[in-house]
Amino acid sequence: MSDTARYRLLLILLAAGAMILFVLSLTVGPAAIGFGDSIAALFDRKEAGPLALIMQEIRLPRAILGLMIGATLGLSGAVLQGYLRNPLAEPALLGISATASLGAVLAIYTGFSLVFPLGLPLAALAGAVVAVIVVQAMAGMRGGALTIILAGVALSSLAAAMTSLALNLSPNPFAALEIMFWMLGSLTDRSMTHVWLAAPFMVVGWAMLANVGRSLDTLTLGRDAAASMGVDLRRVQLLAVLGTAASVGAATAVAGAIGFVGLVVPHLLRPFVGARPSRLLPASALGGASVLLAADILVRVIAPGKDLKLGVLTAIVGAPFFLWLVYRTRRNLL
Amino acid sequence: MRQGRAIRQRPASGARSFARRLALAAAVVFTLADAAPAIAAQPPHRVVSMNVCTDQLAMLLAGEGQLYSVSYLASDPSASVLAGEAGRYVVNHGLAEEVFLMSPDLVIAGTYTTRTTVALLRRLGFRVEEFAPVNSFADIREHITRMGEILGRQEKAAELIAQMDAELAGLSAQPPSRKTVALYYANNYTSGAGTLVDETVKAAGLVNIADKLDLQGTNQLPLELLVLNNPDLIVTSEGEYAAPALAEQGYVHPAFKALTAGRKAVNVPAKYTICGAPFTLEAARIMRDAAQEGKAQ
Repeated sequence: MSDTARYRLLLILLAAGAMILFVLSLTVGPAAIGFGDSIAALFDRKEAGPLALIMQEIRLPRAILGLMIGATLGLSGAVLQGYLRNPLAEPALLGISATASLGAVLAIYTGFSLVFPLGLPLAALAGAVVAVIVVQAMAGMRGGALTIILAGVALSSLAAAMTSLALNLSPNPFAALEIMFWMLGSLTDRSMTHVWLAAPFMVVGWAMLANVGRSLDTLTLGRDAAASMGVDLRRVQLLAVLGTAASVGAATAVAGAIGFVGLVVPHLLRPFVGARPSRLLPASALGGASVLLAADILVRVIAPGKDLKLGVLTAIVGAPFFLWLVYRTRRNLL
Repeated sequence: MRQGRAIRQRPASGARSFARRLALAAAVVFTLADAAPAIAAQPPHRVVSMNVCTDQLAMLLAGEGQLYSVSYLASDPSASVLAGEAGRYVVNHGLAEEVFLMSPDLVIAGTYTTRTTVALLRRLGFRVEEFAPVNSFADIREHITRMGEILGRQEKAAELIAQMDAELAGLSAQPPSRKTVALYYANNYTSGAGTLVDETVKAAGLVNIADKLDLQGTNQLPLELLVLNNPDLIVTSEGEYAAPALAEQGYVHPAFKALTAGRKAVNVPAKYTICGAPFTLEAARIMRDAAQEGKAQ
């Protein structure tokens, strides 16, 4: 089988996996509805019975957001790893998710997003942009893997602390409990409103990120070589930064910070696509969607009625993987 | 409800480390002066209450000048029914130092909050009476009786109980409508069997959805199940807070809005159900009236 054919097969398999998990996600929930009934209710246009309401207004937005946020995390993880040429890069570890969370928290708990709904994704986006810029500035021109990760850790802690502070200071007695949501992420009872709010930003972000695929291939030869081959490094940087900020910012604004998906998925898929970042991007997006949908199905199956947060599951799988990755790359780091 | 109370009172327990330091200092100073007042045959005349529920019971029962201080929550209109009257008393925040300086002859506290303060005050020799959260009307009667005995106001207590029983009898004299009702609070919480709110629902002649679903105590009712069970009446408990939180996003979810569109949803302020007292029956009246209006439509 040729290289291209194998790659196509991989994409088809991943897409099929994501589709199956999407449908499964639609059929899992506290209300025990049969498979046939739930699918029928999903397409029921005439009467707004309880089943149709559950399927169309509760489960469908949850599944759509799972798909889109997973794709966002997988894609941005792959782009960041390629662009920073750092195996440990991903939105959560670089502090992008945490600062986006902080932006969203400020928008929601001050009441700003009630007055101006678009303020929510925009504030999260602004938070994400700050994170990417700070991490890049810290890394500098010759920044090694270690500098970037350390800057990310510092930024994450700071953003998490500020988020806690903002929520603890809120006069609303429930706010302090919601620190968990913003740090671990959840898709429980999200609605179509959230989909419409986040989807445009995520799609624009994806378009930007997809655009850097070719340049990332050339970047594997090194920055100087890529520049000499006509890659506009500033354009790549702008697209990578804004694309990540827009998509991860929007994702975080509606679901909180979800870690490790962007780290694990590109690493798992890299062996199957050869060393070509441009091929890794679509595969990673589909893989990320599958992983997040699977995690969101599991939180409902493992602990029904307990509202387990997504980040708990992704960290149980992701953190040991991260340790293993650090172990493997420690020679390069030190 | 219970959850809401726990959150509100968190600031009070925030002074834990301070209380511990105070304990050390106090242990040294006050071993000489045995501050324990004799458990007097005389009723106490300088009473400090540190819990929003005991605050209100004490306000209802205490004689003129007997109650000295109530907690800061007693004057919070979203938590306390008697907020208007609380201004007559000195405010405390459940801190040992504060209460110590008031030199009360009786301290009343709840069993769930200000634990370290209670332990410390006991060590300092104060008489502390604790009241557990209320889970039924029987508990309310018991608490009123006990509070009456503690304050030496048995007659007033008996009067209050008789009044409450008369109101309860009035409610149960009407034929029960048997309409289904779902309690839906912030963060999807609901009250099932074994809670005061569940008894209140029954007193209003209604059927609690949580009982059908076998939800015990204060438990989560997922939005999906609320939609699926399609109750006749939805009882919310929206607080009037100065800032929004995700906890109340359930009330603006499109599925919730579609469910309550053209149907009766009624808001029962949390202050009636946070604490068990005769005024809890007001919650039953609100629910029953809302259910009747729904029938008329």
